[in-house]
Amino acid sequence: MNNRRKPNPHTIKRVIKTLFSFYPVLFPITIAFILISSAAAAVPDIFIKKVIAIIEKWGETGNWSGAKTELVPAMITLVTIYVVALIMVYVYNQLMAVITQGFLAKMRQKMFDGMQNLPIRYFDTHKTGDIMSTYTNDIDTLRQLISQAIPSLLRAGAVVVCVFGVMLYYSIWMTLILLVGVLFMMFVSKKAGSGSAKYFIKQQKSLGRAEGFIQEMMNGQKIIKVFCHENQAEHEFDEINEKLRDDSSRAHAYANSLGPIIMNIGNVLYVIMAVMGGLFYLLGIRNIALSFNPVFSLAIAVTFLNMTKQFTGNLNQCSQQINAIVMALAGAERVFALMDELPETDDGYVTLVNAVIDDKGNITETDKRTGVWAWKHPHGDGTLTYTRLSGEVTLNGVDFEYEEGKPVLHDITLYAKTGQKVAFVGATGAGKTTITNLLNRFYDIADGKIRYDGININKIKKSDLRRSLGIVLQDTNLFTGTVMDNIRYGKLDATDEECINAAKLVGADDFITRLPSGYETVIANNGANISQGQRQLIAIARAAVADPPVMILDEATSSIDTRTEAIVQKGMDSLMKGRTVFVIAHRLSTVKNSDVIMVMEQGRIIERGNHEELIAKKGKYYQLYTGAFELE
Amino acid sequence: MIKRLLKSVREYKTPTIWTLILILMEAVIETFIPFITARLVNNIQAQVAIAEVIKTGVLLIIMAVLSLLCGGGAAFTSAHASAGFAKNLRHDMFQKIQTFDFENIDKFSSSSLVTRMTTDVTNVQMSFMMITRIALRSPLMLIFSIIMAYIMGGILASAFVIAIPVLGIGLFKIAQKAMPAFRRVFKKYDRMNESIEENVRAMRVVKGFSREEYEKEKFGVAAQDICTDFTKAERLVALNMPLMQLCVNFNSVFILYIGSKLVINRMGGIGIGQISAMLTYGMQILMSLMMLSMIYVMLTMSAESAKRISEVLEETPSLSEPNNPITSVADGSVEFKDVSFKYSKNAKLFALSDINLKIASGMTIGIIGGTGSSKSSLVQLIPRLYDTTEGSVLVGGKDVREYDIETLRNAVSMVLQKNLLFSGTIKENLKWGNENATDEEIKEACKIAAADEFVEQFPDKYETKIEQGGTNVSGGQRQRLCIARALLKKPKILILDDSTSAVDTKTDAKIRKGLKEYLPETTKIIIAQRVASVEDADMIIVMDNGRISETGTHQQLIESSEIYREIYEQQTSGGGSDE
Repeated sequence: MNNRRKPNPHTIKRVIKTLFSFYPVLFPITIAFILISSAAAAVPDIFIKKVIAIIEKWGETGNWSGAKTELVPAMITLVTIYVVALIMVYVYNQLMAVITQGFLAKMRQKMFDGMQNLPIRYFDTHKTGDIMSTYTNDIDTLRQLISQAIPSLLRAGAVVVCVFGVMLYYSIWMTLILLVGVLFMMFVSKKAGSGSAKYFIKQQKSLGRAEGFIQEMMNGQKIIKVFCHENQAEHEFDEINEKLRDDSSRAHAYANSLGPIIMNIGNVLYVIMAVMGGLFYLLGIRNIALSFNPVFSLAIAVTFLNMTKQFTGNLNQCSQQINAIVMALAGAERVFALMDELPETDDGYVTLVNAVIDDKGNITETDKRTGVWAWKHPHGDGTLTYTRLSGEVTLNGVDFEYEEGKPVLHDITLYAKTGQKVAFVGATGAGKTTITNLLNRFYDIADGKIRYDGININKIKKSDLRRSLGIVLQDTNLFTGTVMDNIRYGKLDATDEECINAAKLVGADDFITRLPSGYETVIANNGANISQGQRQLIAIARAAVADPPVMILDEATSSIDTRTEAIVQKGMDSLMKGRTVFVIAHRLSTVKNSDVIMVMEQGRIIERGNHEELIAKKGKYYQLYTGAFELE
Repeated sequence: MIKRLLKSVREYKTPTIWTLILILMEAVIETFIPFITARLVNNIQAQVAIAEVIKTGVLLIIMAVLSLLCGGGAAFTSAHASAGFAKNLRHDMFQKIQTFDFENIDKFSSSSLVTRMTTDVTNVQMSFMMITRIALRSPLMLIFSIIMAYIMGGILASAFVIAIPVLGIGLFKIAQKAMPAFRRVFKKYDRMNESIEENVRAMRVVKGFSREEYEKEKFGVAAQDICTDFTKAERLVALNMPLMQLCVNFNSVFILYIGSKLVINRMGGIGIGQISAMLTYGMQILMSLMMLSMIYVMLTMSAESAKRISEVLEETPSLSEPNNPITSVADGSVEFKDVSFKYSKNAKLFALSDINLKIASGMTIGIIGGTGSSKSSLVQLIPRLYDTTEGSVLVGGKDVREYDIETLRNAVSMVLQKNLLFSGTIKENLKWGNENATDEEIKEACKIAAADEFVEQFPDKYETKIEQGGTNVSGGQRQRLCIARALLKKPKILILDDSTSAVDTKTDAKIRKGLKEYLPETTKIIIAQRVASVEDADMIIVMDNGRISETGTHQQLIESSEIYREIYEQQTSGGGSDE
């Protein structure tokens, strides 16, 4: 993350292109205004020179009214240029604010929209922290790039070019002297810049290390207290802290010194220019300039001093933006990388529709919510067939691997009839959760077939397939919002009453009504204000309100203690009634009453049968049941 | 608040002061430079001898070199001072957190403490550096420049009489208006990022319910809202540039026009050099104002961070050390006398009420009860992780509040429910229990805790590296190592708070047998979900709703306690392997 790669020139092109595509009119206007107003900034130097020439001319006679006739028109032109430039500055600054934020908003939206369509594999293989860093840090660097670096560069570039032109116009000698000075300045700043970059990277590393240590200690603070380990922890921290201080100090020292160095080289350059100008003037050296004016006047010398300041000042600005640009491009690359991730493919064409079934069992499609669902299956010959959704699931010889060469499931075959409860037991890594990942097509199988109501699930549109499967996971992710909102997530058009009924069904109503604001209690921070067990109950209610024919409960009641589970059990039983349910549980009491229990080991089903059968078998299940074996 | 933070500057006061001195010198020199330059220009114009011109030039170069030395020096001292200040802040916070009692720890979430110690400290460090470098420099430059402008320009300087207040007030007003707007939008921005994180974490739920479109729409609304607010705030700040430009432009027009009039009319003793210098001063003055407004913005922005840091530094632990602490614990007896307890003074409900309990030294006690029955709360009072609200807890016949805390906690070894191993080798982790433990002692403790058997299976044995959070050993193994760690303290009282939940029943029984054999003198208090884990205890305490519902042996409770019977039946019929 912190290593600085060389920015890809394509990235800058793409950022600019994207800017143009978002703002095909505003962005070019902004650029034009920046360039024109910056060029106008170079013009006053001509006027200063002119004014000084006028003073020189009339100063000897002291004729003010004579001077005025020349001075006033010059001043009027100057003021006009100033006013025009000012308006442009105002307009482009305002436009830039609009463009920057608009661009960021659109980028964010694009990233987020793209992310919603990414396959689960992406989220399983990328850390949340890294994804988040793209939304925060990387987008922030883009903000810096667009709102500051680009205008600065344009401005400084325009000024430098214009001033350079003006310089050549006045005196090529002086320009050459300045050029040598500027080259020296750039050389020095590059040296200091690379020093600071080196230590900034070190600083980032130490900071990361300190953060890791702090995180570990803060999480284990209670253990530190229990073991009276405070002093040792402090001691260890001091070492890491000192290293961070050292790197940080060096990084900033280099970065800080860049300013004074450039500024004072600028000052020396200024003196050199003054002395040279003075010498040229005093010695009456013949001037060579694009203006073909052979006289090197005092006015030219003075003007050059001002231009020196402008020239070096703007170069300084450019050099200070370089760091920001490098960082922004690295950020932009990650932003684009996220946007370029391939979305989840969906070739499914079988859809889920509301249906009406007449007495003869004929199924017809309807727009109304009937509570009866059917699979609409278009065939190659243009005909349509409807199959009633009943929740029968079969797996036939399913193999699967997350990573090539590391098979996770071998030859899994199972039949779940409508309304059956199928349980999976086994150690972590045995492949229980993987099966459910395949059912809702978070991942696609490598070999074999999964059929849902007789239809190959690869033919079913993913969103419709998932809609028909209720899923409750061990990590219950609730969203910021009220309890009611969270339950309603399962069925967006559910009435309050439906939500409450769902909660009642799963036995969650009891504790919810006892919360400070009942169903309107706001859950914040993924539900940190309620217990894990209560979160699981809300998640179960959320699945219940969706009323799906098939449910997957992956360790859904793991955090509810056995006593409460016994109370909830009734609700769970009524929830599972009439549905095909896949249950994954650690606790055997949860799965005991299943129609069939699959004992899994290393990606294979090693035993299957109901509780009594498995106990009688005296195999692995029996060992687990009697506690002779540790599940982990 | 600021004062509280500045206390942490300490040994970095010297470089801080040096920074200020160097910056002061730099500012003085820098204001003189245009003055000398003007002389140089005037020299040239007056056609004085070239030697004189060079003399002035050399003077200028010397000044530039001095300015470079001061500026460069300040660059180093300020970096040194601010990085040191940050180090001290982190150190002080860390030290402070080490003195926190459990109540303080509960108050701050660990992730918020991490942010406070990293991001917030970095913000303050940057501000500190900026302030020492610019905050002094800008007003100085401003004042010097104004003074010099008056000395040199005389009447010409009146240009600033208009420009300075216009720009100053304008910038201040803009900052004043923009700041709350930014603060609001940053809060919204944080919330949006939180909801993105929520979305990422809950991706399985989103996809499981096919809510992709819904999420996109929800996000779109939030993103648009933020965009609108952000744009508003940014547009306010975007007024800075044109305002600045306006003042600079006004200045140069004024100076050029009036200046030429004065020169030509030979009034005010002004030459061409002065005009040029006045233009430079004008720029400097207005730039300083711009910088000041930037500092103002930065200060208010980092004030939030400063506040969050001082919150930690000012937190006071509520546990107080006794004046004449007792430094030895007589035996492992425990007594609760009319104990009531709630987690904070403002809490409505008591976590524990009316607890009266006597445990003789060397007994094995089992505690059982449903979630929320305050089993953990009860035992946490013994090593004085919290103080009772009413009543007292006695260990070895003395009130726990009379002991030296370290003495007490060394005598009362507790394995927390949320136990953790730290990154480092297994041996290093175990040595938390006793720094001077020999390899034999470590091995013995592990044998009792049934950890030796699997540790010996690892290729590196006791030198095996544990990853952060102990993720590379299984839950059961982690629990056994944590028990071994607690045993190494050779405690008088050992508390296991649901510490064998991931251990299979056989191993669990083995550990209990080991404890009984090797630590007959030690009082053993075992909280468990499994009846099997407490069945053979000398006394079982059944907790319900923060009260002791009943005490007795397994047999007695099966007969008398409904709750106990219920748990027992549910578990024996439901299978032995619990969570």
